[in-house]
Amino acid sequence: MHNPFFVTYFVIIPLLSAFLISIIGKYVKHRYVEMVASISCFLLLVFSLQGLNILRKASDSVLVYKLGGWALPFGICMVFDGLAGFMLFTVNLIAFLICLYSINYMEKYTDKPKFFTLFFLMLTGMNGLIITGDLFNLFVFLEVASISSYALVAFGTEAEELEASFKYAIMGSVASCFIFLGIALLYGFASTLNMADMANVLSTKPSNWLIPFVSVLFLMGFGLKAALVPFHGWLPDAHSSAPASISAMLSGVLIKTLGLYALMRIFFNVLGVSGIYLSALMFLGALSIIVALVLAVVQWDIKRLLAYSTISQIGYIVLGIGLGTPLGILGGLFHLFNHSTSKSLLFLNAGAVDYSINTRDLREMSGLKQKMPVTANTNLIGSVAISGIPPFHGFFSKLIIVLACIQRGFIGYALAAVIGSLLTLSAVMKMQRYAFLGELKEQYKNIKEVPFLMKFSMSCLAIICIVGGILLLPNLKFFLDSAVNVILEGRDYGRLVMEASIR
Amino acid sequence: MTIYFLCFILFCIGLYGILRKRNLVKIIIGFSILGYAMNLFMVLLGYRFQGRAPIDSNAQDILNMVDPIPQGLVLTSIVIGLGITALLISVAIRIYEKYGTFDITKIKRLKG
Repeated sequence: MHNPFFVTYFVIIPLLSAFLISIIGKYVKHRYVEMVASISCFLLLVFSLQGLNILRKASDSVLVYKLGGWALPFGICMVFDGLAGFMLFTVNLIAFLICLYSINYMEKYTDKPKFFTLFFLMLTGMNGLIITGDLFNLFVFLEVASISSYALVAFGTEAEELEASFKYAIMGSVASCFIFLGIALLYGFASTLNMADMANVLSTKPSNWLIPFVSVLFLMGFGLKAALVPFHGWLPDAHSSAPASISAMLSGVLIKTLGLYALMRIFFNVLGVSGIYLSALMFLGALSIIVALVLAVVQWDIKRLLAYSTISQIGYIVLGIGLGTPLGILGGLFHLFNHSTSKSLLFLNAGAVDYSINTRDLREMSGLKQKMPVTANTNLIGSVAISGIPPFHGFFSKLIIVLACIQRGFIGYALAAVIGSLLTLSAVMKMQRYAFLGELKEQYKNIKEVPFLMKFSMSCLAIICIVGGILLLPNLKFFLDSAVNVILEGRDYGRLVMEASIR
Repeated sequence: MTIYFLCFILFCIGLYGILRKRNLVKIIIGFSILGYAMNLFMVLLGYRFQGRAPIDSNAQDILNMVDPIPQGLVLTSIVIGLGITALLISVAIRIYEKYGTFDITKIKRLKG
């Protein structure tokens, strides 16, 4: 049996580096700050790979670490299972590459140590939210991640950034209030805060009006964090105003962890929902796909275009998960991973363009491919991967989602997914066409390709986009299957965690 | 029951402040009131009227004890609320420096 202590490193390492960087940042050269940041991100990636290794040996393994040694229903615990392992790997992979990218990219801004402090606090929040087994602890980590992301959106302190940050902070805080209210009501009903214990208690108690009410509160709160369509107003502003590396982080992993992961965990594993809630999820997902893409195609700001496209891809994930069948959930989770990599890549490309020519308006750029071949080529790969062209990984996940829709008999939703795919292609190809193809403009004759580390992280993400489809091969499928099984087991989660905590 | 109703009214006042007010500072005040309503509700959930302090001793009965956990949780939540309020106020001050106004109808450089 593995020692579950390694689970705590996912919180300890980023938290420690955040405080270390904020203390030493004033006194040492920026080079050492960068070194600390990249080493701790690398360590996190190594630990998440170790977690995957445990899952490879036994895909149903559940590791429980009891903080302070308190027995389970009373103390706070940290739970590592298939879904947590999947999410931890996704988050820490993206965080590592974005950390490398930021080392060069953040030269544009003044205060690099403060940036890395906030970056690691955000990472602490996300990792903590993924591994925690306690409902209130989940809320605290959610707030840690949210508050640092509000500050990061305003990092440039220009007028637009502050405006976007204020909007994001108000909407995010109201969402947190609804989540808090939901947690309070659940505590009043079940008299426990531990998620495993709560799942057990809820499955023995008779159902009453409270569970639907709490589900709606959570759907509203986490839906706002995940930017599903009726709640998406803050996302285009916040994601387009933030520094590019933070846009990639927000769009790639933050909204998925804070919104979708928490929603999945609470809906499936604690509340054990079914039927009408899943239909609501599917409807919101399909609505997001279409509405957001129609808005995306008409944008001229690169990052705003990508931000709208993010909302629609979130719609795909929610649609897949809302189907509730093994195939649908597999497609949803696979698309979650694929979208993290490809959308981060696209945002990093937008950042690279911004870094070189200092504008984000598509109408002002043209022919950059001659001067920035790496950015242009990785952008092409990311674009075709996200819109689902066959050899790339986005194709497989979208295909699985469409097949799962047809399998359940929802032809309309399948059609929405296919149309959405075409619209995505037209939206991202607009970026490719206006930014990279065509004649090179006179004022851009002297621009250079971006520095090495930025090229490196973009190329890594592009390689993942190309070979990502191998995750469906039998040898590597444990990565997705173990996560799918956790969602499918529903309230059995409580029993499994309780058993694992005694071992 | 009345006290829960009053708590709900406080919640509605906070929501009204966020949704209807145009001044950034008033929005922040509305958010604070919303947070107070939440915290008050959480404390009320664990409160027992004519209860006693949650200190464990042999002679006393556990039944009429106030539940201490919501109070602990509310402390955490108040600290989080303080952090958000501080951040919001500092952002609002920077917005005032850039735009010269607190009126949200005039702060709209971002479109659609």
